Amino acid sequence: MRNALSLLFVAGLAFLLFVIAAELDFGAAPMLVGEGINQASPGQVGAANIVTSVVLGYRAVDTLGELAILFAAATAGGLMLGRPRADARHDPEAGFILLAAADLLFPLLLVVGLFIIVHGHLTPGGGFQGGVILAAAFFLPLLARPGTHFNHAGFAVVEGLAGAAFIVIGLLGLARGGEFLMPLLGRGEMGSLLSAGSLPLLYIAVGLKVGTELAGLMAHIAEYEAVDR
Amino acid sequence: MEPLVNWIALLATIVMLAGAVAVLLLDNYLAAVAATTVVSLGAAVIYVILRAPDVALTEAAVGAGLSGVIMALALRRLGLWHINTAGSTADTPDDDTEASR
Amino acid sequence: MTPPDLGIILYTAAFALAGIGILGIVISTHLVRIVLSIVLLETGANLLLMLSGFRFDAVAPVIVDGNLPASMVDPVPQALVLTAIVIGVAVQAFMMTLVLRLRRVYGTLDIRELRELLERDLAHEAGIRLPSSEDAPVPSDGSPAVAREGGA
Repeated sequence: MRNALSLLFVAGLAFLLFVIAAELDFGAAPMLVGEGINQASPGQVGAANIVTSVVLGYRAVDTLGELAILFAAATAGGLMLGRPRADARHDPEAGFILLAAADLLFPLLLVVGLFIIVHGHLTPGGGFQGGVILAAAFFLPLLARPGTHFNHAGFAVVEGLAGAAFIVIGLLGLARGGEFLMPLLGRGEMGSLLSAGSLPLLYIAVGLKVGTELAGLMAHIAEYEAVDR
Repeated sequence: MEPLVNWIALLATIVMLAGAVAVLLLDNYLAAVAATTVVSLGAAVIYVILRAPDVALTEAAVGAGLSGVIMALALRRLGLWHINTAGSTADTPDDDTEASR
Repeated sequence: MTPPDLGIILYTAAFALAGIGILGIVISTHLVRIVLSIVLLETGANLLLMLSGFRFDAVAPVIVDGNLPASMVDPVPQALVLTAIVIGVAVQAFMMTLVLRLRRVYGTLDIRELRELLERDLAHEAGIRLPSSEDAPVPSDGSPAVAREGGA
C-alpha cells in the first residue's frame, strides 16, 4: 500500500515537472549573464577555459564556500570514525596483480593529476578533477597493502596550508585595494601556461586541498575495523 | 543538430534509467553500487552531448572513480561484501585475518 | 525514422532519474539503499541544472587557437554543477561514515528496527516514557513515571 502511494506521488511529481518543462525553451537559453561573461572573459581574465574564469574569477567566493563544505564533511567523517586500535585487524595484503599495478599506477596517477590541475585554465580540467585523481593516487598504496601507516597528520598539514593559501591569495587582492579574490598578476598571453594571473595558483591550492582531503577521508574508512557478526 | 546525436542521447538515457531502476531492485549491494557507477557514466555521456567537457570529466572521475570506491570500501567494512547474491553460502573466500561476513 | 526531440529525451532522463531517487528514498528499508538513492537524486538534479544552459549550434566554452567562437553555451551552470558534483561525493562519504557508526552501535541497518532502538534510547536518555497505549501497565523496572502524554 505504501509502495503504491509512493509510486503515485512520484508519478504526479514527474507530471508536474513535465508541465513546467514544456513551457521552457530547450536549446534557446536566454543566457543573460552567461553571454556577458563569454564576451568579457578573454579581455578581463585571460583564461582560455571560460568555466575556469567563472569558477575562480567571477564566482570565486562560491568556490571558497565549496572548500568549506568539503572541509566540514571530511573533518566530521574523520571525527565519527575515530582512530583504529593499535592491534586492530586489517585485510591481508593484496595479490600480485594489484601490488604490481598499484606500484606502477601511483606515479602515473600523480603526473596525470598534477597535469590536469596545472592546465586547468587552458583546457577542460582544473583543481577539482585533478584533485579527485590525486586522491585516488594517494589512496592506492593503502588499498594494495592494507595496514600500512597512513600519515594523517602530514596530509592534514598539507590540506590546511592549501586552504590557507587560497584565502591568503584572496586577501592579497583585498590588500591591493581591489576586491577579495580579485585576479592578480596580470593577464599574460592567452593559451600559454603562465596566463590568467593568479588563477593557476588558486587551482593548485584547490587541487591539493581536495586531493589530500578525500584521500584522508577514504583512509579513515579503510582503517575502520570491520564489524563482527 | 544531426539525428545521430539524438540516438546517442536516447541510448545513454535508456542505459542510465535501466541502471537507476536496477539500484532499487537488486538484492546484492555490491551490484547496486556498480549500477550507480553505470548511472554516473551515462550522465557523463549526456554532459558531453550538452557541450560541457569540464563537467563530464568531473562526473566521470567522481562518479565512476571515487564514489564507487568509497561505497565499496564501506560495504566491505559493513560486512555486506558478497560477490554472489546476498545470503548465498558460496561467497568470497575468507582470509584468515578478515572479519567474518 | 526521425529520432525524438532532444529536449524531450534529456528532460525525461533528468526527471526520471530524480523521481527514481525520491522513490528509492521513500520505499527502501535498508540504509545503504537509501544512501544509493540519494546519490541517484543528486545525479538527476545536477543533470537538470545543466539543461538550463544549452544552446543549439553552440560550442563548449573553451577558446581554442585564440579566436573567439560565435556562440558558446552558458558557463555559469557548468561552474555551479562542477562544484556540486564534488560536494556530492564528500557528502556521500560522510553519509557512509554515519552508516558505519550506526551499524557498529546498533547492529542493524533496517530502518524499522533502527527507529525503535533510537526511540528507546532517546526516551531513556530524556527520562520520559515511550508513547504507548493508555492501557499498558506501568513499568516496574524503575523508569521514571511521568505524565501519560509525555511521549517523545
